[in-house]
Amino acid sequence: MTSTQVHIDTVARAEASPDQPQPYRELGLKDDEYQKIREILGRRPTEAELAMYSVMWSEHCSYKSSKVHFRHFKENTTEEMRSKMLAGIGENAGVVDIGDGWAVTFKVESHNHPSYVEPYQGAATGVGGIVRDIMAMGARPLAVLDPLRFGPADAPDTRRVLPGIVAGVGGYGNCLGLPNIGGEVVFDESYAGNPLVNAACVGAMRVEDLHLAHASGTGNKVILFGARTGLDGIGGVSVLASETFSGEEGGTGRKKLPAVQVGDPFTEKVLIECCLELFGERIVVGIQDLGGAGLSCATSELASAGDGGMRVWLERVPLRAEGMTPAEVLSSESQERMCAVVRPEDVPAFMRVCQKWDVIATEIGEVTDGDHLVITWHDEVVVDVPPRTVAHEGPEYHRPIARPADQDALQADVPDSLPRPSTPDELRETILRMIASPNLASRKWVTDQYDRYVRGGTVLAQPSDSGMIRIDEETGRGVALATDCNGRFCKLDPYTGAQLALAEAYRNVAVSGATPLAVSDCLNFGSPEDPAVMWQFEQAIRGIAEGCRELGIPVTGGNVSFYNQTGTTAILPTPVIAVLGVIDDVRRRIPTGIGAEAGETLLLLGETRDEFGGSEWANVVHGHLGGLPPKVDLAREKLLADVLLAGSRDGMVSAAHDLSDGGLAQALVEACLLGETGARVFVDGDPFVQLFSESAGRVLVAVPRTEELRFTDMCTARGLPWSKVGVVDPESESLEIQDVATIGLAELRTAWEGTLPALFD
Amino acid sequence: MKIGVITFPGTLDDTDAQRAARYVDAEAVALWHADADLHGVDAVIVPGGFSYGDYLRAGAIARFAPVMRSVVEAAGKGMPVLGICNGFQILCEAGLLPGAMLRNAGLHFVCRDQWLRVENNTTAWSSRYEQGAEIIVPVKNMDGRYTASQATLDELEGEGRVVFRYVGVNPNGSCNDIAGITSANGRIVGLMPHPEHAIDALTGPSDDGLGMFYSALDAVVTA
Repeated sequence: MTSTQVHIDTVARAEASPDQPQPYRELGLKDDEYQKIREILGRRPTEAELAMYSVMWSEHCSYKSSKVHFRHFKENTTEEMRSKMLAGIGENAGVVDIGDGWAVTFKVESHNHPSYVEPYQGAATGVGGIVRDIMAMGARPLAVLDPLRFGPADAPDTRRVLPGIVAGVGGYGNCLGLPNIGGEVVFDESYAGNPLVNAACVGAMRVEDLHLAHASGTGNKVILFGARTGLDGIGGVSVLASETFSGEEGGTGRKKLPAVQVGDPFTEKVLIECCLELFGERIVVGIQDLGGAGLSCATSELASAGDGGMRVWLERVPLRAEGMTPAEVLSSESQERMCAVVRPEDVPAFMRVCQKWDVIATEIGEVTDGDHLVITWHDEVVVDVPPRTVAHEGPEYHRPIARPADQDALQADVPDSLPRPSTPDELRETILRMIASPNLASRKWVTDQYDRYVRGGTVLAQPSDSGMIRIDEETGRGVALATDCNGRFCKLDPYTGAQLALAEAYRNVAVSGATPLAVSDCLNFGSPEDPAVMWQFEQAIRGIAEGCRELGIPVTGGNVSFYNQTGTTAILPTPVIAVLGVIDDVRRRIPTGIGAEAGETLLLLGETRDEFGGSEWANVVHGHLGGLPPKVDLAREKLLADVLLAGSRDGMVSAAHDLSDGGLAQALVEACLLGETGARVFVDGDPFVQLFSESAGRVLVAVPRTEELRFTDMCTARGLPWSKVGVVDPESESLEIQDVATIGLAELRTAWEGTLPALFD
Repeated sequence: MKIGVITFPGTLDDTDAQRAARYVDAEAVALWHADADLHGVDAVIVPGGFSYGDYLRAGAIARFAPVMRSVVEAAGKGMPVLGICNGFQILCEAGLLPGAMLRNAGLHFVCRDQWLRVENNTTAWSSRYEQGAEIIVPVKNMDGRYTASQATLDELEGEGRVVFRYVGVNPNGSCNDIAGITSANGRIVGLMPHPEHAIDALTGPSDDGLGMFYSALDAVVTA
């Protein structure tokens, strides 16, 4: 062991050996970035400093390619939109005021690349990480959602990746005791070598309990608590380790561990309860979770956001591997760890709570009045840096942007000439084929592996359009959350596609009876070094920012994931949008299934146009992607939301279902199957267009017959187009579409529910 | 009437079991794994979750907690005890109920709304139901496949100690479709499904689970 310490690279050594070659390129730093670090420090960085800068200046941590585009969010957030926000972009997660003294925090993050390498652990630790982000705001995590994207459903590698990812999401979330209330499962060729594993979490706290990640107050103690630090998840920094330990592999009891972190949900559950008890005792000045870049990130961000000075005794960090170097301790992404700043007089109380929960807690440092983060390893200085240069003043790139050369050709390749079904037999066959296609089939095989009941607050969960949880048991106040994105629309027109994603998530929240309040996003794109990808990215960001302004709801935070590609081909641009809504009383939620009351009338709100560019029909039947996506009208979406809210408040709506992928046919089938009731439907005009168009801004609602006139009068008065499309028929065991087809519920159910089990069981 | 609800590290459904106790107007008392004192409760619920991470074997470590010594002792004197999911596993590990749980037949975690038939309405936790009634309650577990030796199964069936049986689908491959069983004196019941998640149609598939908690009130009053 002592032999390893001889090799420790200290600041003194760095000063004495300015010309020592360093593996900065292997760590992902460019020549000019390395030179900039040398300028900042006035010397070469130590190994530990190099490890810190390299991870903190990585695309994932520094947002160096995307940062310059965030101004669109800032420029499009009005004072009024900001007024409900208690914390926004830059904090661990955005926080909004939902009334009655409650603050709600939510965020979506990506864990794409680890999940491809190691599906179970990648997905599991993705859930763990987002939950700690929510905890770091002082909130109790309440629910999770998982938007997932895979290669073709029948591809051999999807069989490897999907079951592992689903088991990982479930294995971690179920054991952690958080209900999984929604998300997405999407299949597309472009994700074959790069599945997308996004994880969302929502939490709540009393407004006065909001915690921010600041290390302030000279003399305050820095306490690391939770799991021990090991060699897992060290990733790129292992380059340094192999340098240091060349020829010593196996001789020191070290094991080569995977670059993907390993999750322990039991430890995280205990950590949650421990944290909440600490918050309750009001003895936490600042708190930060340890996620990407581990202690490097936590110490530099805490210090940078606080007064600037911090001193850390790194050898105090409890380890679970022998012979770790300071660089490894700093970069380890071992899971289930948090870092708190605590007043010296509160340390004993802090330790008592940790002891009660059997959580290891160690005082590893303190806040100083300097402006440097100084980290020592057995009395030798291994890091001495201005923390802002690590955490907040990393490089910033203006990447070249260019509209793809083939974009015009793609948009010109309209689907108008694709053969359409026209006879009743063809339409019937198309309905059955569509509902059984992988992107439209029931997600039960996936979601039945997730606990949606734990904590007893779940009011709506998948397959509802949005998940809804009760926050306040006295008043019934709660929140709804939906995540959406149609990457095919985004490929055809990233600006409109991103707005369609926003509109869909917004609509999904509104159909549950909640009022949309705020947005978080997870922007999954290809390589930022490709000007065509940067064009997609810039278009999408502008689309979201300007769309949010029009809807009057702010973007409170988000995440960017670049370098998602299968081979050299970028994934479909996939800006996943999460919309959070508030509902004053969850008892008036609107369910998705029809038939709660006998003789309901079915109404279609909104307008149906001949829009098939990027549609699921074009995809399933013709393998076609071209043309333009459906038009988006955000003013219409707002009106729809207002009408649904009024309908829910006055008891005029007994069920509502958003129309999106697969159009009206899909919505009708789902509404019948979820409500376990039949319906008689009549369509005006071209039945194919009516049934399968994916025009935006539409909702299928069921209204009690007694409320029909009052509801339609309101729609007319407010200028919302509506049409009567049928009646609920509890007696009939079928969906009857006049002059088109009558299909029994059992046949529909077999088609809709059979696909995923047949592929993955 | 006080119903104690135990929390082990890794217990998840404790607040839900407390809520269920409150729904039937009982006082819910939080019991801590490391505290052997039962704080004067009249009945005990061992709730679901993953006590100690279920890392050795579901329920295997929890049975050694100080609070469980007191529960075993009180159960010996006839106190009503209900083990739900992980709690059922713990009661089996503690020797209060026979048998054990294996991994689900499909090898997946399963969460679904499950129909059960009440096979014995004379226990401390099922007296409020009609014999043969069918109720719908969520089931959610990874290791829920009840198993026991043939002799034990014969004994349970012969003595009418199967309290709840899965109807329609058997979600986990459980022997004889067994969802829940009781002790010889009918005071201790263990089941895999979660009655505490079926106390209000707002947050569950039904309020069919309330009957179990009401039954316990009767059992304490008439004891």
